[in-house]
Formats: sequence, structure tokens, C-alpha cells
Amino acid sequence: MAEIAEIVSALPGVRNVRLEKGEVVAEAERDSLLPLMLMLRDDPRFAFEQVMDICGVDWPERSERFDVVYNLLSVSLNQRLRVVVTTDESTPVPSVYTVWPVATWWEREAWDLFGIVFSGQPDLRRILTDYGFEGHPMRKDFPLTGYVEVRYDEDRKAVVYEPVRMTQDWRHFDFLSPWEAITTLPGDEKVHSARSAEVPPQSEPKP
Amino acid sequence: MSDVEARPTATKVVEIDSHAINFGPQHPAAHGVLRLILEMDGEVVERADPHIGLLHRGTEKLIEYRTYMQVVPYFDRLDYVSPMCEEHAFALAVEKLLDIQAPERAQWIRVLFAEITRVLNHLLNVTTYALDVGAITPSLWGFEEREKLMEFHEAASGARLHANYFRPGGVSRDLPAGLEERIGEWAVVFPKFIDDLEELLTANRIWKQRTVDIGVMDAEQALAWGFSGPCLRASGVPWDLRRSQPYDKYAEVEFQVPVGRNGDCYDRYLVRLAEMRESVKIIRQCLGRMRPGPVKVQDHKFTPPHRSEMKRSMEALIHHFKLFTEGYHVPPGATYTVVETPKGEFGVYLVADGTNRPYRCKIRPTGFAFLQAIDVMAKRHMLADAVAIIGSLDIVFGEIDR
Repeated sequence: MAEIAEIVSALPGVRNVRLEKGEVVAEAERDSLLPLMLMLRDDPRFAFEQVMDICGVDWPERSERFDVVYNLLSVSLNQRLRVVVTTDESTPVPSVYTVWPVATWWEREAWDLFGIVFSGQPDLRRILTDYGFEGHPMRKDFPLTGYVEVRYDEDRKAVVYEPVRMTQDWRHFDFLSPWEAITTLPGDEKVHSARSAEVPPQSEPKP
Repeated sequence: MSDVEARPTATKVVEIDSHAINFGPQHPAAHGVLRLILEMDGEVVERADPHIGLLHRGTEKLIEYRTYMQVVPYFDRLDYVSPMCEEHAFALAVEKLLDIQAPERAQWIRVLFAEITRVLNHLLNVTTYALDVGAITPSLWGFEEREKLMEFHEAASGARLHANYFRPGGVSRDLPAGLEERIGEWAVVFPKFIDDLEELLTANRIWKQRTVDIGVMDAEQALAWGFSGPCLRASGVPWDLRRSQPYDKYAEVEFQVPVGRNGDCYDRYLVRLAEMRESVKIIRQCLGRMRPGPVKVQDHKFTPPHRSEMKRSMEALIHHFKLFTEGYHVPPGATYTVVETPKGEFGVYLVADGTNRPYRCKIRPTGFAFLQAIDVMAKRHMLADAVAIIGSLDIVFGEIDR
């Protein structure tokens, strides 16, 4: 695993390569993705014949909020590689369906659920959500309950869409313990300032 | 009758437009809610466009709002024909991020039940596939065998289908007394059933006419279209994650990886039958090598303490309470963990951000890739062959639509 990380890091278009839990992760440039993927498939040192999965990850606080994650598998050399590129809502990522035809549906899924645009993909229809669905449900700013609900209307003899009505309050339990977040007790600030001078501050847990 | 007009004798040329038919969403041979738009030229399929998502339940989104322990039941409901194998992927992914390892006995139990699940899945697939193609008897026989296996599921986990049995850190509880013997007895008689099933189908003339040379995928195509599992092996690629990237105790059991040659519907059936025989072998080895011991990680930060302990120990009670309300926090990191489910490679791309909930949990469904390739496989085949192809791919919509 370590040797493939070394060779991949020397390829053009690869920003950095790291080992994460024994898995090789390569961060790549969005614009040079296509030649990189072609090389990863065709070069006998890599021989990644299969892309097992393409998916998006949303990090709304970043300027380029989406990660597009490609999980590659080489059956002949028994190795895996994860290629990650970043993008935002409007910048397209080059489609890899010419490299692996299976990518079409994975890209359709990423478009449907995250709104990631793939350039060169001729079939960028929605795939998992309803016909005529609006929005991209896997984004972090999309509510879990969605915006519309459907029911069958006996009078109109049709399925109707209506705004979601919450008959019960949305219950969201915040289990982050205050004892982990508050490191300084009220009235104890002086001791804390002396202590934080010695020890580097711990990273604050996310709200 | 004599005054009937003389009809022109020239042959009438009828032009049949390529027309589209709607296969599904409610069709017994669609194996769930598949809406397949077939563009036909007469009775020949020109283009197949599957519309999926009719069973989309937003599992991945829901998972982001659940603690790690609450997530496991969602995995049962993905591929509801092989629930325990799906749990296996999630359990392994969380264990990898937590850097813990299930104890020996738990690993053996997991391999044992993953193989029982494989037999369950293949029984359902092979028999309903035969049903689609016109043979009723295999499904009548097969469902009886499935019932026996589901009793093992029930004895171990309390549920026939949605087991919620494999947990991060082990399995939820130990096997009840006597279950190992019952499984052992079953493993002796089951190969006879496979022989009977094979007698019904393998040399059956109608079965072969419907499946041989139908939906052929050669090795190169199968790789490009993201195939895995029996469908990839039927195309002649000897690739099995249990063998090449073993997890739990798969490295220590002996089994053969059956490989097909032609990559048609018939080979996919043959590979599945051979796999059932291998599964029985693995089940026997598991039973022989299992030793008594703990079935979950003994660190009660991750697994609940024993019930009786909770009645006496304050600490155990606190652990129990914290686990079932807050859950455990998983350190930041990401992993793509795969297992060989009966259908093929099933992966979980799990991103943790240090809280008690997954930040992102992408599920890599196996059938998603198969279904996309229907267009390639069914092209220039008859409509009835499309049914045989869908049956041979082993598609379950719970996992495809998520």
C-alpha cells in the first residue's frame, strides 16, 4: 500500500496522497481529473479496471463545499485507491463515464442528491428522487423532513403534494456533553488562563 | 358467400414503429418496484431505461441523524434478502474507525451467519429466478429450506428477517444453547437439497433454452460496468473479496471460488449453486472451530454491559444509559469498507467527524451497477429474455433505492 501511495503522489494532477486507516487517499486537481483517471486505469502499475463508487460529501463551511469521492478497485493487482476532488455548487467536475461506463449512474446520483454538476455527462437526469423533485436532499442545509409530503386525495382521485405539516415537534437531542465543551468553570478563569498558557488549547467540539 | 369482393393478393407491408412499453413498477418479474421503459422493435428490445428510486427512503440522510448504534437496523432494510451481510459492512467500518476488533468467537459467529445469509439469498434468487422463467417447483421447495434458515436467524437474533444482530464490536448476544448442533444437523442434509434443486434445473431443457447465451457479459465488459460477486465470477473473473481482501475469519477457512466461463444467465445460476455448496463447507468449518468466549468487545464504552451486571454495578448502569442515549463518539476519519455480500461488493463509505453520529454514510449498493448494465445486456434480446436477465442479476430494490 505504501509503494502505490508513493507512485501516485508523483502523478500530474495529484495534490497530495495520504494513508488513512490503511487506505490510500489521493487528493486531485479537478481540472486534470480525466487524464489522471485514464492513466490510473490504463497504466499497468495501477490497472484500476473498476470504479466501485462515486459519491459526494457536503462540507457547507468550506468555500468549495463538495468532495467528490471516487473509490477505485484493481481486480488484477488487488489494490484500492480513493481519489478525492473538491467543487462547489456551480463548477462542473469532468465526467469519467468515458473511462468507466458505470460512472453514469453514480454521477446521476451525485447530481440528484448533492447538485454536483458533471461536465461531458450526456445523461444527467435525476435518479433516486421523485419525478419533478426540487432541491438536493443530501445537502446539509436540506431538512430531514423535506419540504413537501404526498397523499392520495379521495376527492380529486389523484396524488397531491402539500407542504410538510409537522404534527409533532421536531425532536433533536443534542448529546454533546457540556462537561466536554466547558473547560473553564465560572469564576475559575484565572486558573484557566494560567493553564492554557502551558498547554495548547484543545479543539472546540462542533455545536 | 359468392359475392365477396376479391381481395388484393399482394402481401401487405405493415410498418411497426419502435414503441415503448412500461415494464413495472408493479410487475411480478421486476423483483420489486422497477420501472423499466423498454423501447421495442416488434418483440425485440432496442433500449432499456430503468427508472429507479420508487423505494427511496432517504436511508443515507436518516443515518446522519442517528447514533452509530441506531444505524444498524437501517442496514437490515437495505438488502432485505441478506440482512446480516449488510450489517457486517457497517460493523466493520465502525470498528475500523474506532480501532477495535471483535473477539474471536464473535468473528466466527459473524462468518457463520454471513454464510447462512448467503445460502438464504441464493435460495431466494435461484428459485424466484426459475419462477420468472416458468418453473414453479423450485420456489415451492426453496422457500421451505429458507424457513429452516430463518429459524436460525430467529434463534440467534430474535427476528426472522431484520436481525439487527451484528453490531460494531461483535454481535448482540451469544448463540442460544443447542443452536450450533441444529445448524450442524442442517449442514449435513442441505447438500442433498442442492442436488434436488439442481436436478430440477441444471439439465432442464426449457431452463437452458431460456438462459444459455442470454445476457452475455464478457470479462472486460463486466469489469467496466462495475460488476462484482457472482455476476463478475460468472464472466470468468476469479475475484472474491472473502479470498482476496479477507475480513473477520475468512482468511482461516477453506473454500473454493467458483468461476463461470460464458457470463450468460445460465452461468450466473451455476455460480450461485456452487457458492451455496461452498457456503455449507464454511458453515461446517465455523461450527468446528468456534470456541466459547466473549461475543463483544469487553470495553463497555462501545458495547452494553451484561444485564445482570447492571443490577449490581453503578458503573455498568451508567455505561448502559450513556450507550443507549448518547452512544459513543467516533474519532474523525473516513473509511471505505467492503464485504462480499451474496450479491457482490457491498461498501460503506463512512465519514466520522468526532461526534456520536456519522457525518456521511454512503452505501455502495451492489445491484445499482447491475441494473445500469441491463441496457447493454438486453439489447437485441426478446422481451421475455429481459425478464430472465433481471432474474439472473439478483436485484433487490431495498438496497438499490436506499
